Amino acid sequence: MIQIKQVNKSYGSVNVLQDINLEIPESNVYALIGPSGAGKSTLIRSMNALEKIQTGEIIVDGTSVHDRRTNINKLRSDIGFVFQSFNLYPHLTAVENVAIAPVQVKKVSKEEATEKAKKLLASLGLGEKYDSFPGQLSGGQQQRVAIARALAMDPKVMLFDEPTSALDPEMIKEVLDAIRGLASTGMTMVVVTHEMGFAREICDQIVFMAAGRIVEVASPEQFFTDPKSDRAKDFLSKVLNH
Amino acid sequence: MGSAWNVIPQNMHLLWDGLLLTLQLSACALLVSIPVGILLGLCRISGNRVVSFLAVSYVEFIRGVPLLVLLFWIYFVLGKYLKMGPFLAGVFGLGLFSAAFIAEIVRAGIQAVPRGQMEAARSSGMTYVQAMRFIILPQAMRKVLPPMASQFITLIKDSSLVSVISVVDLTLVAKNLVSTTFRSLEVWTFVAIMYFCITFFLSQIISALERRYRVSE
Repeated sequence: MIQIKQVNKSYGSVNVLQDINLEIPESNVYALIGPSGAGKSTLIRSMNALEKIQTGEIIVDGTSVHDRRTNINKLRSDIGFVFQSFNLYPHLTAVENVAIAPVQVKKVSKEEATEKAKKLLASLGLGEKYDSFPGQLSGGQQQRVAIARALAMDPKVMLFDEPTSALDPEMIKEVLDAIRGLASTGMTMVVVTHEMGFAREICDQIVFMAAGRIVEVASPEQFFTDPKSDRAKDFLSKVLNH
Repeated sequence: MGSAWNVIPQNMHLLWDGLLLTLQLSACALLVSIPVGILLGLCRISGNRVVSFLAVSYVEFIRGVPLLVLLFWIYFVLGKYLKMGPFLAGVFGLGLFSAAFIAEIVRAGIQAVPRGQMEAARSSGMTYVQAMRFIILPQAMRKVLPPMASQFITLIKDSSLVSVISVVDLTLVAKNLVSTTFRSLEVWTFVAIMYFCITFFLSQIISALERRYRVSE
């Protein structure tokens, strides 16, 4: 579903992404983990061209993301993206946040989009919040609205860029539960996360990055019990034993 | 004293016509300046350097020329070739002048909307234009309501300058009235109060809008 071939990106002399190669099969859930500054966010953002790359190629669902001839708006409508800081539209209600892209991009009728938005919000436990504005919702609720907003486009792939990092601890679970539910439907997903327990539980593969490179790709079992690289051992000893 | 103030009711029909003309002129100038100003503001932040250079040049030039000179230029130079009457010259002079300031306000408003809003809109497949129209501009305009209100009020007050190109607005009516009745104090006081009433009414409307939008933040 996602193929990343020999991708490089640098700011001046700083290599943000170096020789990245990765293949993510359909219906798989991949976690990107690693220390900050490793390039995880840059990599996931480049999967829908929020970030440019200098060399290499990223192919999502058969389409080259960074090719000039690609209709990027069409491609992005098939890729759901969930941000660390939610980025809900503050001037629109929860339902409007979810319905606006289907109406404007897919030209779905407003009634149909609203109906679907309500169903999605209800399925994420937000049945009472249809007409609330983002400012009236908690962080966890806002992030669930953001997930509904991404799902409203019927994406083929969902990308999550640190979806729980901006949340208070007691709200992390409700968002992780939503992502967990999505994983069980067979959605292809990539998740940048610092939630190790979560990554271990729901992900098919762990991609460990450091200093702009992919250091190790392994199953969760393998990675968390017996990581091969020293860099991963060092990282895990710091995040698991504090 | 009572007889001195009689000049106002006695000439009410003239003052009323002048007031109506001031209102019409200001409204038309606003209708020119808002879309032109928004368009200029969008051009200023455009990634296309030629487009943004042209917008910056317009804004800088217009801001650097006195409105009075601009009105004279549009009426006596442009108006001569385009067969434009004083009213139309006044509308375009005021409207295009005000647009330069509105452009700066709009630009500031757009830049005050967090970057993530554009990213969220674009990542859902919206085009740049759709994202601007449905996500960025509605938020930007709400943020800039207070400076926008000041600009609208300035426009209404500046409309008094069109009297110099023989538009018979409230100010010119007053001037003519003073020269025939010699009642400076009464006439100018009344006119000052009329301008104040218009601008106060407008600023109340905008405050109400602000309050309405604040609820949804």
